[in-house]
Amino acid sequence: MFSTLAPILLQATGETLYMVAVSLTIATAFGLPLGVLLATSGRGELFEALWFQRVFGPLVNATRSVPFIILAVAIIPFTRFVVGTSIGTSAAIVPLTVAAIPFIARIIEGAMREVDGGLIEAAQAMGARPVQVVTKVLLPEALPGIIHGLTLTAVTLIGYSAMVGAVGAGGLGDLGIRYGYQRFRPDVMAAVVITLIVVVQVVQSFGDYLARKADKRNI
Amino acid sequence: MIRLSNVQKTYAARRGSDEHVALRGINLDIAAGEIVGVIGRSGAGKSTLIRCINLLETPTSGSVTVDGTDVTTLSKRDLPLFRRQLGMVFQHFNLLSSRTVFDNIALPLELAGATKAEIAKAVDPLLPLVGLEEKRDRHPAELSGGQKQRVGIARALSSNPKVLLCDEVTSALDPETTRQILTLLKDINKRLGLTMVVITHEMAVVKALCDRVAVMDAGVIVEEGAVEGIFADPKHATTQSLLADEFMDFRAGSEANSTPKTNTTTSGVAAGQEG
Repeated sequence: MFSTLAPILLQATGETLYMVAVSLTIATAFGLPLGVLLATSGRGELFEALWFQRVFGPLVNATRSVPFIILAVAIIPFTRFVVGTSIGTSAAIVPLTVAAIPFIARIIEGAMREVDGGLIEAAQAMGARPVQVVTKVLLPEALPGIIHGLTLTAVTLIGYSAMVGAVGAGGLGDLGIRYGYQRFRPDVMAAVVITLIVVVQVVQSFGDYLARKADKRNI
Repeated sequence: MIRLSNVQKTYAARRGSDEHVALRGINLDIAAGEIVGVIGRSGAGKSTLIRCINLLETPTSGSVTVDGTDVTTLSKRDLPLFRRQLGMVFQHFNLLSSRTVFDNIALPLELAGATKAEIAKAVDPLLPLVGLEEKRDRHPAELSGGQKQRVGIARALSSNPKVLLCDEVTSALDPETTRQILTLLKDINKRLGLTMVVITHEMAVVKALCDRVAVMDAGVIVEEGAVEGIFADPKHATTQSLLADEFMDFRAGSEANSTPKTNTTTSGVAAGQEG
């Protein structure tokens, strides 16, 4: 039994990791600048732009308040427009990315706001331009928090990716639903759940390790 | 070197706070190579005053001239370039926890686009000057308060500034470390001929470090002159009361020495005054 289960379990794990890795990467590419601007565009801040706060603040909140499974279904036309289809592993990356962008943006914003305002003042006194305050001071100082946040995002995306499995995306969630649930194979279901737990543990430990390495505040 | 003419600073009324006038027409001349102290109690406006010199705060009216340039007219592009000519040292050090001692000191040079070789050439001689050769590759979390402030001072000096702005630089330090830091600053002033503006609420700092002193109260300079003169013949009530604090500290200190039991209470009082 195990010999027949192992290959499909391995393939499903690969699909899940693929979906999570790609969506995390793309979402960070968008979420990072969005988070930086949310953290620095308030009144009296580096890039003061109140319109930006007024437009993107509520937009981020709105996206975050839609339950993921509803978001995934609601943006199917957009998904089809981007990847040409709405089913399959690649198609699942679109809703995963869309859900992760505001999540990451808020995490980056929060981590940057944790940085002591005295450091911003010191950097400005040294003649740092606003962009340099972000790249040389805020981001390096916020790095441990950002790594923690991205780890959290990765774990959340693993959960979400199992959900998109239910709408035909492949991966571990898909395997669990089709083989474990619909074909009454509790052994498959157990294997899927255990694999998910292991994957999450590994991701979390790796993230914690990186964050610890980056954190020089308590040596 | 630095001239403040009729500098006013008003913080506009916002939700939850009324309009606040921090500076009411400050006139102050600081000659090159001079160490000028600005003393006053919390809220007197001294921190706002020092921040008007490097434009961390923009004066509401009046002019600030540094080395012949009216800095209030500088454009956003030119402001960082101007600030690189001034070094600033802070009460809470404001070091980057993610950077080593060397990299913290190198930061102003990095911001100015210096090459690795230029940075090493400027930073390496500063480490022995502030006594931190051994700590070159340590992070701030591994340093004592006095050592952190030495990094802060070296960082302020690394871009070879003409002026050093010191904002309550010893207020977070114990008396012994305070003495060492003040000696270091005096030494730097002699060796490099730097102009220094020193903000403090302690007369002892003025006495140990400054050539001239301006006493502030409620956004106004109430008395100004050579340190000896002010100490010998304080005219204004604020000056007298600041000097009285010093005398009290002195007496409390000597009493504490004779009877160790009172030590805790006197240091408690001193800590209360700092906060």
